[in-house]
Amino acid sequence: MKIKILIFIIIWFVSFLNFSYADNSEKVDQISKNLRCLICQGQSVYDSQSDFALSMKILIQNKIDEGKNDEQIYNFLKSKYGEWIVYDPEINKNTVLLWVLPLILFIFGGILILRKVSIK
Amino acid sequence: MVKNIKLISVVFLVIVSFFILLKGLNKTNNYSPNLNSSRIDFNFKAKFLYSDEETTLYELINDKDFSIINIWASWCLPCRDEHSFLLNLKSLDKLNIIGINYKDNEINAKKFIKELGNPYSKIVVDPSGVNSIELGAYGVPETILINNNSKTILKKYIGPLDDEKFSELKLIIKNEN
Repeated sequence: MKIKILIFIIIWFVSFLNFSYADNSEKVDQISKNLRCLICQGQSVYDSQSDFALSMKILIQNKIDEGKNDEQIYNFLKSKYGEWIVYDPEINKNTVLLWVLPLILFIFGGILILRKVSIK
Repeated sequence: MVKNIKLISVVFLVIVSFFILLKGLNKTNNYSPNLNSSRIDFNFKAKFLYSDEETTLYELINDKDFSIINIWASWCLPCRDEHSFLLNLKSLDKLNIIGINYKDNEINAKKFIKELGNPYSKIVVDPSGVNSIELGAYGVPETILINNNSKTILKKYIGPLDDEKFSELKLIIKNEN
């Protein structure tokens, strides 16, 4: 009986170890999904198996192990590879149309609908 | 009249989008970033190819006035093409050429150097590719010119060196002082 309990406890601890590992690599996945693989076309670092992407994933894992948070990792990569590496574009003079256009279209559509309704 | 306006605006939109897409087709897909800072404010550890000792980036680039960091691999064919240019650059007094052996097999790397000659004053290995990413590299081959005194990246070439890049490199080294 004691042996059974001991085995159970060992397995229980081992499974916890696994959980913590899985947690960490999930974090790498989460970050690498937001990164553009610069040498592949239309793929994220997460999707790609190129040398560049594989190294990038190791680097992200290293940074996480060093205790860096997501923001610091993104900023680090942006300073190396520029704004283009992240999928989420910042608002600046090149991307302002990208951000504002949907809003304008939304308002325009709203006005159209309102006018149609009020005419009836 | 209203119908006409609709037709004209649709035709206009189609034509405009056609030309926008046409222009997009002609644009090259190669993207090279405008670096926010070209200062080398980071350091990394790397092992030498010919010994088991470890060194750091700062140690590597503290000889002479300029350093070229060349990222290469024995499995990379364009690296063979640019090797003669590197051997040529070796004769410059102010320049120190450092090789980073990228994701390579040690035996093949040594064979490559034996066969084609050694332009590098020091060679370090980068088996995981992480050090190259720290330098902001995309892959092999890649050549980075560094001013050792101010620790700044002066120029970066993605892809193999050719006649044009070679003479540009020489010119930068000559003029910068």
